[in-house]
Amino acid sequence: MISLRNVTRTYGEGDAEVRALAGLDLDIAAGSFVAIMGASGSGKSTTMNILGCLDTASSGTYNFNGIDITGLSRDARALLRRNYLGFVFQGFNLLARTTALENVELPLVYRGMARNLREEKALAAMQAVGLHGRESHTPSELSGGQQQRVAIARAIVSDPLVLLADEPTGNLDSERSHDIMRLLQKLNKDRGITVIMVTHEADMADYANRIIQFADGHIANDLQKGRT
Amino acid sequence: MLWESFKLALRSVRRNVLRSILTLLGIVIGVAAVIALVTIGSGANEKISSDISKLGSNMLIVRPGNQGPGAPGGNEARSFTERDVEALRNGVALVRAIAPTASKQAIIVYDATSTDASVTGADQAFFVAQDWSFIQGGSFTESDVRAASNVCVIGTTIVSTLLPNVDPLGQTIRVGAMPCSVVGVLGSKGQSAFGTDQDNIVVMPLRTFQRRIAGNTKISNISVSANSPTAVKSAQDSITAILRETRHIGENDQEDFSVRDMTQIAATMSATTTLMTGLLGAVAAVSLLVGGIGIMNIMLVSVTERTREIGIRLAIGALASQVLTQFLVEAVVLCLLGGFLGVCLGFGLAGLASFFLAIPFAPDPKVVVMAFGFSGLIGLVFGFFPARNAARLDPIEALRHE
Ligand SMILES: Nc1ncnc2c1ncn2[C@@H]1O[C@H](COP(=O)(O)OP(=O)(O)OP(=O)(O)O)[C@@H](O)[C@H]1O
Ligand SMILES: [Mg+2]
Repeated sequence: MISLRNVTRTYGEGDAEVRALAGLDLDIAAGSFVAIMGASGSGKSTTMNILGCLDTASSGTYNFNGIDITGLSRDARALLRRNYLGFVFQGFNLLARTTALENVELPLVYRGMARNLREEKALAAMQAVGLHGRESHTPSELSGGQQQRVAIARAIVSDPLVLLADEPTGNLDSERSHDIMRLLQKLNKDRGITVIMVTHEADMADYANRIIQFADGHIANDLQKGRT
Repeated sequence: MLWESFKLALRSVRRNVLRSILTLLGIVIGVAAVIALVTIGSGANEKISSDISKLGSNMLIVRPGNQGPGAPGGNEARSFTERDVEALRNGVALVRAIAPTASKQAIIVYDATSTDASVTGADQAFFVAQDWSFIQGGSFTESDVRAASNVCVIGTTIVSTLLPNVDPLGQTIRVGAMPCSVVGVLGSKGQSAFGTDQDNIVVMPLRTFQRRIAGNTKISNISVSANSPTAVKSAQDSITAILRETRHIGENDQEDFSVRDMTQIAATMSATTTLMTGLLGAVAAVSLLVGGIGIMNIMLVSVTERTREIGIRLAIGALASQVLTQFLVEAVVLCLLGGFLGVCLGFGLAGLASFFLAIPFAPDPKVVVMAFGFSGLIGLVFGFFPARNAARLDPIEALRHE
């Protein structure tokens, strides 16, 4: 479903040029749960941004679900994100002073969905992440783990094909992290959502069925596990 | 989507109430100024035209003297004679009434009270020419005028100061040294455009006035009322021509009298207030411009403050145009709120002014619509640049903000 071919990404120009990705080839099948690991600065987030259509490669091609992303406009990429992709960030990135339910509804607002339908889907998503009853809480009234669950609910509310999570447990303690991992695993199994996750912790990566090691903008190791 | 943007906009205004109000001050003041000025201006115009129409409709006033250079001044000028009036009566077409008058201030006494009033000698045509109505009794008759009877008609001010508790009809009041019997009470006209009380008046037959009060046969003033507004100009011309002849004014000499069109005076006066309104309106426009720049400033601040929020919205699939709409709507809502406050404040000020200046309160819905339209436009124009900045943000950089 995802296919990167010889993708490079460089930042800056001349002497200040940084090569974040140096000719990356990557294929990810639908329904997989992929963990990306690697040293700081090895290009993990850069890859995630490109996969998430938030950024474009400097060269190379990206094919997503049969669509060639390479030359797409800003708005076309926004529509792809809206329809096929869900994001979970390290810093949760919820809208402050906005209730959990409204945060979860947000992607549907941009789809122009009717209010009652929107609410119904958002409630279902809240239920799926185990936050039933916290709908009217604002982020500041929720713990870190709960905030990340709201973020996951927001990511899955529009039924995406792929969930992209860049260090989703980076700001959480170990117990909370395992909760989130189990949730992602469940979503991957029950709904068939492809999950691509960046993590620094080996025991979080263990939840995935494929672990990719990055080093200096390359894939250093690609470990496919048997079904767990 | 628009509705969602509207709700978001209201929410962000509510979150920063004080900041929003301070930002809006320019617009509030600008709109309030426009509303107050236009309302006060049209109230003043209404007052002027109603004052002038109270003088009589399609009125021309013929006076001795002329403001022109080299002409004899008002007091030394030759007054009119019966002959002049007769010539006008025979020669001027399309007029309803030609009323020769003479007047003088005199002391009016009833019982033990006295007051100072304007005493006018005239014939019945006077009441027609100046549009006077009667609330009691009526005019003196033609035979009263011919016989110079001791009768008079009084204004409401005289009634309230001298005869408050009696039926004025049939009472005898003393005008100067002359007793005369009240046959009618005039309907009130209130203050004139020049600030005098038009109801403080005693009107008696011209000949009675000339003999008993003035002691001469002078006619100081002729009121002429044309049949229609269009007849005013031709009446003015023929009056001038006839009087030049009867008063033997040489072809190249200046007239020693003036024929003034009261509607013209009204037009001049309202033109002046319109000019004032226009000038002050320009000041208000500058204030609106400053207000618009204030809006732009606060929207730029808001976009910077909410960079991360914009990043989140873009990441989860907002189009650039949707972000643009959100911030434009926010600016417009802010400005409309300013417009609303401005309209309220403006009407408040106009209400106060109309109370203290004794002019009618004349709110104009057109101006309100315009004020709102203009406020919204300011929001669109000055909100566009910040909103475009927001829409152009790069999602990754925006998410990394702070
Ligand atoms: N906007 C940018 N401008 C310039 N250089 C950048 C930018 N973003 C990333 N880089 C550089 O690209 C390289 C890869 O960065 P990336 O964020 O992908 O690393 P990472 O693997 O996610 O690291 P970490 O584990 O610390 O998050 C780094 O050397 C980084 O300095
Ligand atoms: Mg990273």
